[in-house]
Parts: sequence; structure tokens; C-alpha cells
Amino acid sequence: MKILKMSKNNLDLFVSVLPAFGEVYAPVKRGDGYAFERPSLWSDVQMNYSRTILPPKKLLLPPREITFVFDPDKGFRDLLAEASKPQVLFGVHSYDIYGLNILDRVFAQAKYPDPYYIKRRKATAVIGVDFVPDEKHCAGSMNADFVDHGFDLFLSDIGDSYLMLVGTSRGDDMVVMSGCLMQQPTAADFEEYKKRSRARRDAYTTRLDLDALPEILEMEYHSKVWDDFGSKCLSCGSCSMVCPTCYCFDIGDETDLGSRAGRRVRSWDSCLLKTHALVAGGENFREERSSRVKFRFYHKQRGFVAEYGRPSCVGCGRCVAVCPAEINIITVIETIRGERDGNASGATASS
Amino acid sequence: METQAVQPRPPEHMDNPYQPNMARIVRIHRMVPDNYLFQLRFVDDAVVENWEHRPGQFVELSVIGTGEAPISISSPPTRKGILELCIRRAGRVTNALYRLPTNALVGIRGPYGNGFPVEEMEGNDLLIIAGGLGMAPLRSLLWYALDNREKFGTVTLMYGSRSPAEMLFREELLSLTEVDDLNCMLTVDRDPTGTWKHHVGLLPSLFQKISFDPDRTYAAVVGPPIVYKFVLAELLKLNFHKDRILMSLERRMKCGVGKCGHCSVGYKYTCIHGPVFTYWDAINLPEIV
Repeated sequence: MKILKMSKNNLDLFVSVLPAFGEVYAPVKRGDGYAFERPSLWSDVQMNYSRTILPPKKLLLPPREITFVFDPDKGFRDLLAEASKPQVLFGVHSYDIYGLNILDRVFAQAKYPDPYYIKRRKATAVIGVDFVPDEKHCAGSMNADFVDHGFDLFLSDIGDSYLMLVGTSRGDDMVVMSGCLMQQPTAADFEEYKKRSRARRDAYTTRLDLDALPEILEMEYHSKVWDDFGSKCLSCGSCSMVCPTCYCFDIGDETDLGSRAGRRVRSWDSCLLKTHALVAGGENFREERSSRVKFRFYHKQRGFVAEYGRPSCVGCGRCVAVCPAEINIITVIETIRGERDGNASGATASS
Repeated sequence: METQAVQPRPPEHMDNPYQPNMARIVRIHRMVPDNYLFQLRFVDDAVVENWEHRPGQFVELSVIGTGEAPISISSPPTRKGILELCIRRAGRVTNALYRLPTNALVGIRGPYGNGFPVEEMEGNDLLIIAGGLGMAPLRSLLWYALDNREKFGTVTLMYGSRSPAEMLFREELLSLTEVDDLNCMLTVDRDPTGTWKHHVGLLPSLFQKISFDPDRTYAAVVGPPIVYKFVLAELLKLNFHKDRILMSLERRMKCGVGKCGHCSVGYKYTCIHGPVFTYWDAINLPEIV
């Protein structure tokens, strides 16, 4: 892989070439958090942020997307052309790039490739940046704290400069277009990178043990802990909305008033919502909240491992940040492994 | 851990798996109240020509302006040209469909799902067991077997319905009781009219009349949960192998292509891993029945 070095002083110059590759989205402050948005000023862009409220999936699988327009006489016309708008996602953390790589597995590399996703992914340049974990991050435990593909460029802080991994031909085009901003890294730069990457790994305060977790989940399928979590869960679906790897969607048709012509819309959905497993005629296969909480974790930590060889969790900590009932990857795994006493059951006793 | 290519590189032309093809309602058979058979033909002859499916697969049916619903295919792949869907009036989309006249256009995409493993089943005896509406998907398998009769050993159909009036494909199945190469066993729970000339009794009571070699028989069972409960018990009593009992699941397959998540059972997607599962799959999948 091509590796370059760029002085931090040249960052402003470098990013000025990015609009040539599409609409630029970067982390900016929003309320108490951060969000990938189009920055009005480059000085608004946060190079050291914890996590954005929503993951970059919002730009690849939009929360609401019109897939077809339809007409009773002419049938369905796809709006695939809309999905080809070039965009640049700047400042993406490794776990979020992993999240995109996981979405690639489902939407691009599995049977029935999804053309809406693929067109967007192709039209989206990804520029990664490293981060220092906080207490909610568990990307280290999920093998998502370093990423070797899925980005065009990746910047790692080595003091006065960034070490820059060039992942794609498009990434190299960005380098070429920016002129002579880059230098060849030296052995000392690599040493600095190694030192800092070790420090980043050591900075994780949350460590989750995934060892034998699929088997343990099988054994604990009928455990009372799911009822306890179910009694606390509010079925709000926030965990799915903020999750970089949750991709469930709903499909619905909207018609113009007094007409059968209209739009087919797909929109984000969540397996925590009550109607997720409802079928025509009224049967609901996951009527109980506990069964829905359980399903979410079995799909991520058991089913996905069987299907794709890794869990569909990247340790971003967003569910830790948003769940109003403290049901998240950390509390669930620790409880199911018997490493956290009475967390869930304590809540039940008082409810 | 990840070894896949950096960026997905699709071919220049990408099929859109969500694109419905327009089809015309050629004929509506009002078989049973709230259970009509819709005969459809694609408007585009090339789609008719290229259409292939397996018994047990399903399509996504669009009623334009209302939405999409997954529907199992009742016609066999051996009879080309017309696609037959036996549709129960159950939800929003099917209610809208029932309001459409003959000749109206609907959208169809598919076929989806694994279907029955017919290549594996060939060379064996076949036991098709349907309860109630379970006949809808199994009719495709029945005719596939009859149209490829030389490829199977004995073929037996056991179909139980609540009453003669509620029996799907009744006239067709009654005529099949008179052919030599099918053991067609029909039963009804009760016969209020007193005109039913065949067996009366619950579906499992038909098992008294048959015997099977479990090493060379496949059983395909589709029906409501109560049917699975009693029929599976009978099959296990006959020493059927758990991986030679095939069942088809109903879930909310919204996308049909393994993405939207609505049809998941345990951690598999009914739309791509199923809807046909073996009984062994079923007992290893949480929340299946």
C-alpha cells in the first residue's frame, strides 16, 4: 500500500481539492455531539471527535429513499440515477469504515446485490482519520480499531504530520490533484506511528470478551436475562438508528391524493419495533419485547458470525450513548457472560 | 479478518432486484371465499419466455398504489406461460388485489427463496402433506412431480381441509383421485352437506392407511401450526429422517432478497435461506414454530 506523509499545516490546502470529488461531508459539532454534515467553514470540522450521532450509513442507505415512481398504466420506473451523486466522507473513524465494509457484505457482495447501495458506495470517497477511544468505544474488542480497506485515504496523527494510507486509485487522484503537499515518510515516522497505535490500543477502558460468545448465546437462549432486558427496553429503536451495521428497512408505497400513481419508499426500520415480525392476518412472531431485544443481539453476535465470520458490531459505542435503558453491547455481553451481577435483574425487581 | 475486495465492483449493467415486472390478471377463479386463484401473464413476452422457478418459491406481488406482499407460487415450473397465485384475502395488499378486475395490471418480481430441493428428492418416494392453505405452495410441487412422473417413486398426496367448501383446488384434486400414478388422499374435518364421498377425519388419521420406507422417501409438509404439531409427530413415529421432512415457513418477506430483515427466524432469513427448511433446520432455529 502506498504510504505518504502530510504536514498538518497542509491539511487546509489538501481538503480544498475534495469538492472536485463530490459533496463533502465531515464531522461538525451539533448540540452536545457531532454529525457528518456539509461544513460551511472548514474551521468547523472536528479532527478530534468522539463519535457522530448517526453513522455514515445515513449517506449510503438514506433514512428515507424513493426507489421507484409508479403509475397504474406504466408500471415502476426506478430512480437509480439519483444514487450516483458523488460525495466525499471526510474524517471517518476506523470502526465506521468497518461498518461500511459490513454493509458491503450484505448489500454488495451477497446474493442479489442492491444497486442503490452499490451506486452510492462507488460514488462515495471515504477519507478516514484515527481517533483516541473513550469509555464507550469497544472497537478494539470488535477488531475494528484498525482497518485495511474500505477507504480511499486514511490519516493517522503522528504529531506535526499525518501518515496517509492511499487505499484506492481515486485516493491517489486526490493526492495528485493536491500537488506537492505530500512527502515520503521516514523510518522515524513509522516508529512514531507504531508508538501511537500502541497507545491507542492501550487507551481502551472497555474490553469485551467475544470468546465462545456464539456458543454461550446458544446456551443462554432461554435465560431470564432476556426477560429482564425486555422489561426495561422501551422499544424505541434508537439503537438500530444509530448502529453503523443495522440495515433493516421498511418498504411502503405513497400515492398522490386521488390517484394510484406515487412513489415506493424505503425507510429505516428496527427489529425492536413491535410490527417488525408481524405478518398479514395478525400473527406476530416477536410480540414480546424480550424476544425483540434478544433477536437483535442474536442476529449481531450469533447469526452474523455464522453467515459472515464476524459479529455485526464494530464497537462504536453509539448504542451505549443513546439507549435510555442501558441495554447496549457492553451491558448485554457482560450480563450474558455472567460478568455483571444483577444489572438487568435489579431493574426488574424494582419495576 | 476481512479479505474482501476494497470496493464493490459491480458489472456495468446491474439488475435491480426490486424492479417489478408488469403482469396482467388473465383470470380470477373464485375457488373459495377469501381464497381466489389469480392467473397472471407478464406483459413482456421476453419475461414470460425467461421465467423459471422452483416449486416452493415465492414472488413479491405489487398492487400498484397499495404496496407489495410475498405470495407463494401455486403453478408448477413445468407449465409455462401463466403464473398462478392462490391468494388469501388477509392484509392491505391482498384486499386491494381482490378489488381489481380481470385484465388489470399488477407488478411481480422474483422468484425468490430456495424452493424444494427437487433434484435431491428425485429418485425417491414423495409424500406431500397439506393442511388448509398449505396446498397453495404444495400444488406446485405436486404438479412438478406428476409432470416428471418417471423421476419419482410413489407419489402420495395427503390433503386435509376443514370442510369440502374450504378445500383449495377441490375439483382438480377430486379428478386426481382417479389417476393411477398418484395416491391422492383427501380428507375433511367435517362434512356439513353430507355429499363428500372421500375420507372424513383429521389429517393425521390418513396415516393409518399408508406405510413408507424412511430411507427412500421425502415428506413435504405445509400447513398451519396445528398441522405441523400432529403431522410431524406421525412422521417421526414412522421413523422419518429429520432432514427428509421439508416444511415451508410463512414470514413477512418484504424485500425477498435477504436485506430488509423482516422475515428473519432466529438468525436466518426466510427469503433466502428458506422458505423451505428441513425439520432438522427447524429444531435448530429458535423461534421457528
